[in-house]
Amino acid sequence: MSGGMNPAIVSGQPSQRADKNPDAPLFEGEYQDRFDKILSRYPDKRAALLPVLSLAQELRGWLAPEAIARTAELLELTPAYVRSVASFYTMYQLRPVGRHLIQVCTGIGCDLCGAEDVVERLLKATKTRIGETSEDGRYTVVEVECLGGCGFATMIQVNDKVYENVKAGDVEGLLKELD
Amino acid sequence: MAYPYAHPREVRLLSKYFGDKDAVGLEGWIERGGYQTLKGALDRSPEEIIEVVKESGLRGRGGAGFPAGLKWTFMPKDGERPSYLACNADESEPGTFKDRELMRWTPHQLIEGIIISSYAIRAQHAYIYIRGEFVDVVHVLNGAVVEAYDKGYLGVNILGSGYDLDLTVHLGAGAYIAGEETGLLNSLEGRRAEPRIKPPFPAQRGAFGMPTTVNNVETLAAVPHIVQNGADWYRQWGTEKSPGTKLFSCCGHLQRPGNYEVPLDFNLKELVYDLCGGPPEGRQLLALIPGGSSVPIMTPDELDCECSYEGIEAAGSFLGSGGLIAMDDSTCMVHAIRKMVDFYAHESCGQCTNCREGTAWLAKILRRIERGDGREEDLPLLLDVGSNMVGKTICPLSDSAAVPVVSGIQKFEDEFMAHIRDGSCTAVRRA
Ligand SMILES: Cc1cc2nc3c(=O)[nH]c(=O)nc-3n(C[C@H](O)[C@H](O)[C@H](O)COP(=O)(O)O)c2cc1C
Ligand code: SF4
Ligand code: FES
Repeated sequence: MSGGMNPAIVSGQPSQRADKNPDAPLFEGEYQDRFDKILSRYPDKRAALLPVLSLAQELRGWLAPEAIARTAELLELTPAYVRSVASFYTMYQLRPVGRHLIQVCTGIGCDLCGAEDVVERLLKATKTRIGETSEDGRYTVVEVECLGGCGFATMIQVNDKVYENVKAGDVEGLLKELD
Repeated sequence: MAYPYAHPREVRLLSKYFGDKDAVGLEGWIERGGYQTLKGALDRSPEEIIEVVKESGLRGRGGAGFPAGLKWTFMPKDGERPSYLACNADESEPGTFKDRELMRWTPHQLIEGIIISSYAIRAQHAYIYIRGEFVDVVHVLNGAVVEAYDKGYLGVNILGSGYDLDLTVHLGAGAYIAGEETGLLNSLEGRRAEPRIKPPFPAQRGAFGMPTTVNNVETLAAVPHIVQNGADWYRQWGTEKSPGTKLFSCCGHLQRPGNYEVPLDFNLKELVYDLCGGPPEGRQLLALIPGGSSVPIMTPDELDCECSYEGIEAAGSFLGSGGLIAMDDSTCMVHAIRKMVDFYAHESCGQCTNCREGTAWLAKILRRIERGDGREEDLPLLLDVGSNMVGKTICPLSDSAAVPVVSGIQKFEDEFMAHIRDGSCTAVRRA
């Protein structure tokens, strides 16, 4: 096996991180290696599409038309096809987002336990509206469906970190922790 | 130790090490008896393994309850075409959070289950399709997979048996419908996660056009225990039709929310009041959903039943995924049902008109009732829209969306009428 990441887990890397850089080169160096390893796990190139889009997003924070076009070219698909797949999945960002993408679960389990209050406090503290990026580019707050941790309401995901049992009163502390 | 609360009445086969940080890594897992089943299993024939699982009566834990061993027999035995196992770790049915705990506390339990199951169905590649939002869990799982490769439990000639298996962790990107097994296969192939028309079933034409078995995390995690101890051992718990234990994810208005593992003949009411501690102090239970948001809502007087597949069905609902959602008397049922329908409206893949239009209409009508702008005709209208969504679509998401509405109106009509007639909410009056 070549060095670097084990090929078994290259398609299992979260696509949203705080150290995103919208100008990062796509699929070069260690990322070229990860790209090649992704392809090695499937019988055809199309199957690499989701992991490759995730890789592009991990680098740049969102999927600009250029990233979509490059992905299409490398996987021998059309940009229109790649866009239609990317737009199907909620975690692909087709517009830039803040450095901290704050995803609050407002699914039924969290809703019953006060998720709405948490959202309200977050919007107030970040001075934004839902889906809008704060002026300093730090925060984007979005509501998401069930995050699969309903017994730990309210569940919040910030980039690749998860916060359990968040109450409205915890919001200020959480935001402080993010910087 | 269960997580986050343990209860002496649980029977913890799969959840025994929840909360035990030392059980997560390979070394700690082996100290706790991990991977002991694997060696013995690879010495037996695939048919023998399938037979034990069939005898055990283990039913799929992803929601439909299809017998696992029987499903495995649909796979070809000639080995002419490549075949696959897809582990469904997309867990996104609102109220369900058991697979997440299984993976974050006992990833090796799942991996051992995957290897043995893959061997039984003669798959040479297994994919764990894990939902994109499990960003913390996937790191734990990734670590365990690398450990298993390094130790020779995965890869070429596993433990000298001559059996080769690759395992790939494949992270989704946010789509509930990718949990439906054929939606999952499309997603794995790099397509929109749109469910396929069946037949062909995955065992005939699954991933990449090849024979594939799709099983839920909890199903696969149970396999090593059954193969190690035998079918009779597993059948000492539960009922004839629902053998064994099951994890119930319990959330909402409960004193002790969390996962509890109980034999499938456990009493549902006792699960809610005894293990979970019932609703918070000073509150009464108003409604309960026993199996994820797509099963009928139950009222407190209906809960004195067995937690088995057949027991909950006789009581008017379904076991589903075992995601139990408790609602106390501070809940506005119109709001709660609207939230659940909003979910399905958002997650409908849009292929079928009845589902796409139906979910949107239900959400719209419920929203106006919740606001106090509803009309008397809205209840029959909701039921009418709902009846057109059942049994008419490619996958059952459409049915799922109608379920909370129909059962909700049946059981909480007065709450709907209070909103419609007086524009007032019964929950506010109760608070
Ligand atoms: C809309 C929909 C969503 C589903 N979501 C999941 C899921 O998140 N996880 C899961 O294991 N099964 C889910 N299922 C069930 C799968 O289609 C399939 O039956 C299951 O993965 C088979 O595994 P099992 O037999 O081990 O339960 C879903 C089904 C439907 C119709
Ligand atoms: S029922 Fe709904 S979710 Fe299922 S295939 Fe049809 S449109 Fe898609
Ligand atoms: S409802 Fe919030 S995690 Fe499930």
